[in-house]
Amino acid sequence: MQPSVRPPRSIPPSDGRKTVLVTGVCGRLGKRLVRSLHRSVHVVGVDRRPFGDKPKDVVHEQLDMRRKKLKDVFRNFKIDAVVHLGIMHDPRASAADHHSWNVAGFSKLLDYVSQFSVPKLVVLSSANAYGPQPGNAQFLTEDAPLLGGQNFSDIRDLIEVDMLAQSFFWKVPSTETVVLRPVHIVGTVRNAASNFLRLSTIPMVMGFDPMVQVIHEDDVVQSIVRALEPDKRGVFNLAGTEPLPLSRLVGLTGKPTVSIPHAVAAPVLKQMWRFRLTTFPAPELDHIRFVCMVDDRRSRDELRFQPKYEAKDCVASLSSGKW
Amino acid sequence: MSTTPRFTSALTRASRLAKAAPFFANRASKAAELVVDETLERLLGESYAERVARMPLHLGETGVDPFGLDPQFAKYALLWVAWMHRKYFRSEVFGMENVPKGRMLLISNHSGQIPIDGMMIGASMFMDAEPPRIVRAMVEKWASTLPFVSLFFSRVGQVTGVPENARRLLEQGEALLVFPEGSRGISKPFDQRYQLTDFGLGFMRLAIETKTPIVPVAIVGAEEQFISIANVERLAKLLRIPAFPIIPQWFVPGGQFPLPTRYRIYFGKPLTFTGDADDEDGAIEEHVQSVKQTIQSMLNRGTKERKHIFW
Repeated sequence: MQPSVRPPRSIPPSDGRKTVLVTGVCGRLGKRLVRSLHRSVHVVGVDRRPFGDKPKDVVHEQLDMRRKKLKDVFRNFKIDAVVHLGIMHDPRASAADHHSWNVAGFSKLLDYVSQFSVPKLVVLSSANAYGPQPGNAQFLTEDAPLLGGQNFSDIRDLIEVDMLAQSFFWKVPSTETVVLRPVHIVGTVRNAASNFLRLSTIPMVMGFDPMVQVIHEDDVVQSIVRALEPDKRGVFNLAGTEPLPLSRLVGLTGKPTVSIPHAVAAPVLKQMWRFRLTTFPAPELDHIRFVCMVDDRRSRDELRFQPKYEAKDCVASLSSGKW
Repeated sequence: MSTTPRFTSALTRASRLAKAAPFFANRASKAAELVVDETLERLLGESYAERVARMPLHLGETGVDPFGLDPQFAKYALLWVAWMHRKYFRSEVFGMENVPKGRMLLISNHSGQIPIDGMMIGASMFMDAEPPRIVRAMVEKWASTLPFVSLFFSRVGQVTGVPENARRLLEQGEALLVFPEGSRGISKPFDQRYQLTDFGLGFMRLAIETKTPIVPVAIVGAEEQFISIANVERLAKLLRIPAFPIIPQWFVPGGQFPLPTRYRIYFGKPLTFTGDADDEDGAIEEHVQSVKQTIQSMLNRGTKERKHIFW
């Protein structure tokens, strides 16, 4: 890798367009967000990964979010909004790595946001922070406790990110903080829900068929764009499609399914995880057993968020290779 | 020499049969569905689809409502329940004219060891009310951890018993069934039949908060379906189940079925309560007592009026 000894560049905001900093820009969602933003605002992307086929007018700073160099980005550009997508959720990565990236890195980002008085912060959390529980209300509101880590301790740092953003909302009222909690994002993205639907034979837990909501990645992009509008602040659940039984969603893929009793599936998956035969940690089985759906009335009323894609569109874009 | 062609012809014949298997399975399932439809039509007096069409439902594009109710699935459950309602228990329903059109809380006595009383209220609201209504009961959280049970409850329109769900359903204008006695009521031994146990207060707070009319319901006949001589609470606690009733008939062959008592279901006049939903327990208790007394007097009248337990 080449040492980056570039002189600091700064875009003079001569055209009056705003500058938006996007962390984790090289993820599939980040790239899609950039595509929809870069014509109307200046986009500065931060990611330690390289940005292949980057639009010309986008500035990409290839750096680790935990490094001091992140501060230079705030110094060199007059940032008007920060969109934080740079969350690490790789169940194979170590807990220490997760923590330093998700919690320590994000705290640093929050420091810079308040230090440089950035007027807007959008954080992408997840409805999975509520966690699938047998006693869940059918539709969880934004006030529901974040119990996702109760049976799945590996995602506690993701819940901490949500909590940090919430406390930042109260601590720094001059910054409009928006926390988005979308349900399972399905599309070209690589996450547990999409990978689950990409399996050649889809396992179900015998005797369970919870109602689920999924959201198309482009609807998430739309919600971020809405959240960047002035005067929008607070925590918002995002439900994409109308609720449907998991079996119907799986049926849309046209793939064969296999029903496995939970008493067998849980220990088998645990062992498979140990021997690196699967990408799904055993506690994620609860997502195909229990309900974890959200009430999205706030985002519809206040963000004026209108999902465009239906479940069949989400499933159709699973396999489309182009991001 | 000739074995090979014979062998292959056997193979082709087998594969042809295998190809035909789904066709026959399909025909068998279609025939079974026809039988279900015809039986239901006889029990309902009209086709199931016609009756469902008049029901206020919130079905999504997949034909399933947000809480998981699937009328196509519920049809098969209803077949059995409708038969129990009309033929086995030969339920008599009184006061259906008292049931309001919009949202309501059905508050009923709970009895009979197994919650058949809830199913019969559901059957009666679907079969005897006009327009037909779906009754939503609040199910214990524990039930959603049980395979098949949780799936079944969800598809026939039952929901997890948390206040958020109750509020949301009432906002949608649905009929909610609550047994304020809970498991205390259903597992009463025979010598305490038709004596209401303590009522919980949650339903009253919910009714006041959402300004929902309360329809008192009394069920006569369920207490005699399973005769329990005692409830061994210690054993129940040990096994972590709600109750441990001693039911002698369960040890007799055929006694596992409920006795064919005659059900009498009374729907009372709706009661409305006003005040502060977050008032202290004493104030709420007063309202709850008046509901309890109404149901108790309905029960007393019902047991007095009936000439026989079985007909």
